[in-house]
Amino acid sequence: MGAEASPRIVIVDESPIRAAILQEGLREAGFTDVVHISEMQSLLSRIYAVDPDVIVIDLENPSRDVLEQMFQVSRAVRRPTAMFVDQSDAASIQASVDAGVSAYIVDGLKKERLKPILDLCISRFNAFSRLQDELDRAKSALEDRKVIDRAKGILMKLKGLTEEEAYVLLRSTAMREKKKIGEIAQSILTASELLK
Amino acid sequence: MTRPLHIGFIPLIDAAALIIAVDKGFAAAEGLDVTLVREVSWSNVRDKLNIGLFDAAHLLAPVAIASSLGLGHIKVPIVAPFNLGLNGNAITVSPALDAAIMAEIDGDRFDPMATALALSRVVTARRRSGAEPLTLGMTFPFSTHNYQLRFWLAAGGVDPDEDIRLVVLPPPYMVDSLAGGQIDGFCVGAPWNSIAVDRGVGQILHFVSDILVRAAEKVLAIRQSWAEKNPQHVAALVRAASRAAEFIEQPQNRTEVARIMARPEYVGVDADVILRTLEGRLKISADGTIRGSSRYLLVGREDAPRPDRVQAAWLYAQMVRWGQASISPESLMTAKAVFRPDLYDAALGRDGTRIHESHAVGAFAGPAFDADDIAGHLAAFRIGRKS
Repeated sequence: MGAEASPRIVIVDESPIRAAILQEGLREAGFTDVVHISEMQSLLSRIYAVDPDVIVIDLENPSRDVLEQMFQVSRAVRRPTAMFVDQSDAASIQASVDAGVSAYIVDGLKKERLKPILDLCISRFNAFSRLQDELDRAKSALEDRKVIDRAKGILMKLKGLTEEEAYVLLRSTAMREKKKIGEIAQSILTASELLK
Repeated sequence: MTRPLHIGFIPLIDAAALIIAVDKGFAAAEGLDVTLVREVSWSNVRDKLNIGLFDAAHLLAPVAIASSLGLGHIKVPIVAPFNLGLNGNAITVSPALDAAIMAEIDGDRFDPMATALALSRVVTARRRSGAEPLTLGMTFPFSTHNYQLRFWLAAGGVDPDEDIRLVVLPPPYMVDSLAGGQIDGFCVGAPWNSIAVDRGVGQILHFVSDILVRAAEKVLAIRQSWAEKNPQHVAALVRAASRAAEFIEQPQNRTEVARIMARPEYVGVDADVILRTLEGRLKISADGTIRGSSRYLLVGREDAPRPDRVQAAWLYAQMVRWGQASISPESLMTAKAVFRPDLYDAALGRDGTRIHESHAVGAFAGPAFDADDIAGHLAAFRIGRKS
């Protein structure tokens, strides 16, 4: 491999969306030789077949332990070292664990060349988590919406209110009890279930 | 003591002393505020302990030693003042491999020498017929499972690196891999052997207590630097785990323990499987055959929680035998010093004498283990990778 050639990077990730985000980021940064492995069955032989310089894996993946075997197998020609071997860069280790990603360098690749790859992985992993959070929030907002609508319906029926009056009642109760409107709506649904 | 402690664990039955210490309030009674963090891989537990995200962890005893020796990873001295469990693993094989072994066996099916010799004949026959070598799964390169499996295989004449394939698999994937035929057997802790039997895809061939009478399995692992700065926390943790271990061993508490452990935030499997494990009463085959053993998993009885340096030395000797560590008196000393019976005794106000006498390793083959002469001991074994 020439000094300027792009190192071959394997991404081990069962999340196709996160892997795509990572792959795109690496490509934009000029790392063009990227392979994504999403299938955990026979993971080691797949990795050996690709023969990467760097392996990136998410920390939620139990198969991280499978990679540990690569340190042991004497028959493998090229052996990896873990990012954690180098104690000199504690901040970057901390940042990668916080982001939920780990990287292994395979023999022969200079340590300095890992740094930009790792930094990019960390920022993309964080971006993915933010995306996930937003998605979760949007989902729960949608759920709240449905619950509130059903609670309004119950109030309208039981107390003969208009939709607007029902909503005002929900909101004022929530404010008085220092709770979210969604929580009050949920307790109305629960109560009406019980009283059926 | 107000700072919350973060303790990592893997969802396995031998995390019981930690889980019960927290859930039943033994930790709180010691003034500890503990948050348990469930993890998915031993690599994560080790790394998070090493960089300080965890104050303590449920950890494979050999990983604590490997970390202290700097094998493969950064060198971070770890201390183990409490054994969370002795034994507890089992070797499970596919019904096909079980039948092949039983067709060759000369002796009792619970005799590990008889099964190892039979397996060796199966391996030879497969090689002659040009079949693929057998593949066996274990959980981590530095694990008691790996060493127990290797010890058994080699005793029958099977070289674990040459004659078969030994692969690391995360425990939750073991049963599926056995069902799918990617592996022919595995050595893993509870509850996974029972789950393979319940699903009808595996037969429990051995409890590891058939192979070694006493083997340190999981320890309460703490960074040495943290332990030195926080001796009261360490002592309080040992006392809480000790009370929990005693609680777990009371027969009248076992149903409750199993129910707690079964919750999704802890182990998340059927309470009945957990109860059988704690009672050492395991269904070993799909036809419902039950095998009982008082030595299947020791949590709080027979002085199991007290770290035994002879066992640390045995684990180090296996690292040497299989080429993971080089042999030196300094490394042996470091390995032994990971196990801290002194911290255990100090926390519990004991005078340092062993309550239980059978503290030996008690392997089924080879000469009795000599912790002071690793090289001499290993010379008695023909198969190994030692340089």
